[in-house]
Amino acid sequence: MDLPVADRSVLARKAEIVARLRAAMADGAVIDDPAETRAYECDALAAYRCAPLAVVLPGSTAEVAAVLKVCHEERVPVVPRGAGTSLAGGALPTADSVILGVARMNRVLDVDYDDRFIRVEAGRTNLSVTGAVEEEGFFYAPDPSSQLACAIAGNIAMNSGGAHCLKYGVTTNNLMGVTLVTMEGDVVEIGGAHLDAGGYDLLGVVCGSEGQLGVVTEAVLRILPKPEGARPVLIAFGSNEVAGACVADIIKAGVLPVAIEFMDRPCIRACEAFARAGYPDCEALLIVEVEGAEAEIDEQLGLIRQTAARHDPVEFRESRSAEEAQKIWLGRKSAFGAVGQINDYMCLDGTIPVSALPKVLKRIGEMSRDFGLDVANVFHAGDGNMHPLILYDANKPGDLETCEALGAEILKLCVEVGGCLTGEHGVGIEKRDLMEVQYSAADMEAQMRVKDVFDPRWLLNPAKVFPLHMSAGRRAG
Amino acid sequence: MRVSSEEELAEAVRGACAPLTVRGGGTRPVGSTGAGAALDVSGLAGITLYEPGALTVVAKAGTPLAALEAALAAEGQRLAFEPADWRGLLGTAGEPTLGGMVAANVSGPRRVQAGACRDALLGVRFVDGTGAVVKNGGRVMKNVTGYDLVKLMAGSWGTLGVLTEAAFKVLPAPEAAATVIIGVEGADAAVRVLSAALGTPFDVTGAAYLPGEGALVRIEGFAASVAYRAERLAAALGAHGPVAVEADAERVAALWCRVREVAPFHGKAGDVWRISVRPSDAPGLVARIGGAWMLDWGGGLVWALLPEGSDLRAALGPIRGHATLIRAAAATRARIATFAPEPAALAAISAGLRARFDPRGILNPGLMG
Repeated sequence: MDLPVADRSVLARKAEIVARLRAAMADGAVIDDPAETRAYECDALAAYRCAPLAVVLPGSTAEVAAVLKVCHEERVPVVPRGAGTSLAGGALPTADSVILGVARMNRVLDVDYDDRFIRVEAGRTNLSVTGAVEEEGFFYAPDPSSQLACAIAGNIAMNSGGAHCLKYGVTTNNLMGVTLVTMEGDVVEIGGAHLDAGGYDLLGVVCGSEGQLGVVTEAVLRILPKPEGARPVLIAFGSNEVAGACVADIIKAGVLPVAIEFMDRPCIRACEAFARAGYPDCEALLIVEVEGAEAEIDEQLGLIRQTAARHDPVEFRESRSAEEAQKIWLGRKSAFGAVGQINDYMCLDGTIPVSALPKVLKRIGEMSRDFGLDVANVFHAGDGNMHPLILYDANKPGDLETCEALGAEILKLCVEVGGCLTGEHGVGIEKRDLMEVQYSAADMEAQMRVKDVFDPRWLLNPAKVFPLHMSAGRRAG
Repeated sequence: MRVSSEEELAEAVRGACAPLTVRGGGTRPVGSTGAGAALDVSGLAGITLYEPGALTVVAKAGTPLAALEAALAAEGQRLAFEPADWRGLLGTAGEPTLGGMVAANVSGPRRVQAGACRDALLGVRFVDGTGAVVKNGGRVMKNVTGYDLVKLMAGSWGTLGVLTEAAFKVLPAPEAAATVIIGVEGADAAVRVLSAALGTPFDVTGAAYLPGEGALVRIEGFAASVAYRAERLAAALGAHGPVAVEADAERVAALWCRVREVAPFHGKAGDVWRISVRPSDAPGLVARIGGAWMLDWGGGLVWALLPEGSDLRAALGPIRGHATLIRAAAATRARIATFAPEPAALAAISAGLRARFDPRGILNPGLMG
């Protein structure tokens, strides 16, 4: 993976820059000992690593502003970091960059149940946002798989999704406002506890901008009353194609499940070996979850059963207790861990139109054979967000490269059928060089103009999102 | 000038040497200065793709909203954000178009549950001020590939680019709907009962207050479920005032059409303001502004009808949010900005974006500051 050539003048001034950062921060919040900065060399995409110049861990918006002011004056690139759980290398440092980690900023600042919002510092973890409001019967809807560890800051940067997006949307649909610190060190409030923008929807642009437009230090999030209940069913099928057709029919039937999850045979087998969830022996299975009161759930599941019956399911398994429900989810929730037990893997994140599901699964099967690497499919079928897991052996020379090549081909296929490169993980470093598959030069130019406005010197989160050859002229300025 | 294809439009913008006023159906002339030559994009019409099984529709920007909604209804689906027709409110004629709806980010009462127009918008194609054709987003529900210019285009009133096509997430239309009507008086009591309703797990899809008619709480879904939730809501909200449940489909639809289209203000003289605030700030606000008002979005959206020429923003005080002058005489517009002035730092960002997307300043000049 290419990174821009490190700015030598920055490297040469390291001591001076670190001293200025120390002066701007509370004691102990600046780390420059290479032994201690090691933990920040990569995020959850561990295949790529780079030691940063230094790491700063501010405790307040004012400290974030002070750090950015120093870095702006010194022309030092800054890599914002939440909890470091990015699967796309969104928090990968460059050698001349300062990592700005917001993990220490994790307080709840305000909760209002009448106006249905919570204001938190951006380092707070996703799950602990719900944790702060669940006693009152509320929750925060976006639920990425890493929700125990991942921070709201990273959720906003990547516009994270989760399993329940079909009904509740992704981060951008649940974000009402942010406190953003610009690269120059100005603190601006965008949005708030009211809905929608009076001018341009800058909040919508900041969300999903991968930390390249500013550093989000606080967020106002929409909270929702918890439904009375939820219940999943498991539906097993004899082929991927039939399972895919059933997904489209469930949606057409007028039911809006909160989640429709899909697993294919390789994935089911790995999960069984690992979690022993008792899944049926089948080619593909769906987990469909609906919400409401008991009678409402029964009615919706009745409709789903009728729809599924037209596709000759191998099994239609209902859950009659909380335990049975948990068991249905058990395999799916441990899918990534299960596959990780048997192999190294790369997790893709393309999205496709739901109608293209059978065709895409068939093509992935063919590509998998051509490249000689197994692919396990587990994904959010209701919204078309796929997570093919390509299995490879990190110790086998050339295997990672083959895996990357297969991954690129699968993502190109997603775009070809009308989808996109990434549904919820973000572009980061990982998919940067594939951007031109999806977007024309004019499309990319329009996006880069936004970056020009927010961060004219192109110092924030360098080397991500835009192919280096496209941003070269701008970065040089 | 009327264009009928994206290429023609791009050429027209590229070749323009004077300002252009972008026009779809001409039904939402909010703050338009009309300073430039009209650029009529209503000829860019038609649904290009509709996949009910994927809850996705793509259509050209000039497509009449009515045609799109009819196509969705034929498959038992709809635009969940409930776009409002403003012809009655603004006294305009013509056909509301998809592009105009997106440019104004128009969302109705269901905003509180299903999100705004911008939330359902999956992708756009547009021609920027240089005449370049740009696409962003796509036609799938989850897409974080690159920056989200889709949101930027929604509500930008044609000042950053001229929309040519938009893709939406659609949702199933419900089998049944009901309105729980609570007889309360005044904004304080109304916001209290609406907040209580929105805090229940009963999936409220509308929460409005029309003075004299009471607080209105809508639920939608399968018939048995609607009946169940109406009963639970009626029980939960009874302490606030006398409760009635309206379950007749036509009457429920007509009532929410009145809310959506701000019918109480139709044909009445005065300036119309649309104010977004946090719901608990609404009672204080309406107490200060005087004039007629109604509430939507659980109190988060205040519609106010004020005597001509009064500056509502002066009455906002410390309240955070934004007020847009939706309907006013030219003399008032000359004095009072249509869109809420932004704090300096945000205004600089907005101006920077506009200068880069429309470097010659030819798209709807004068609109949006």
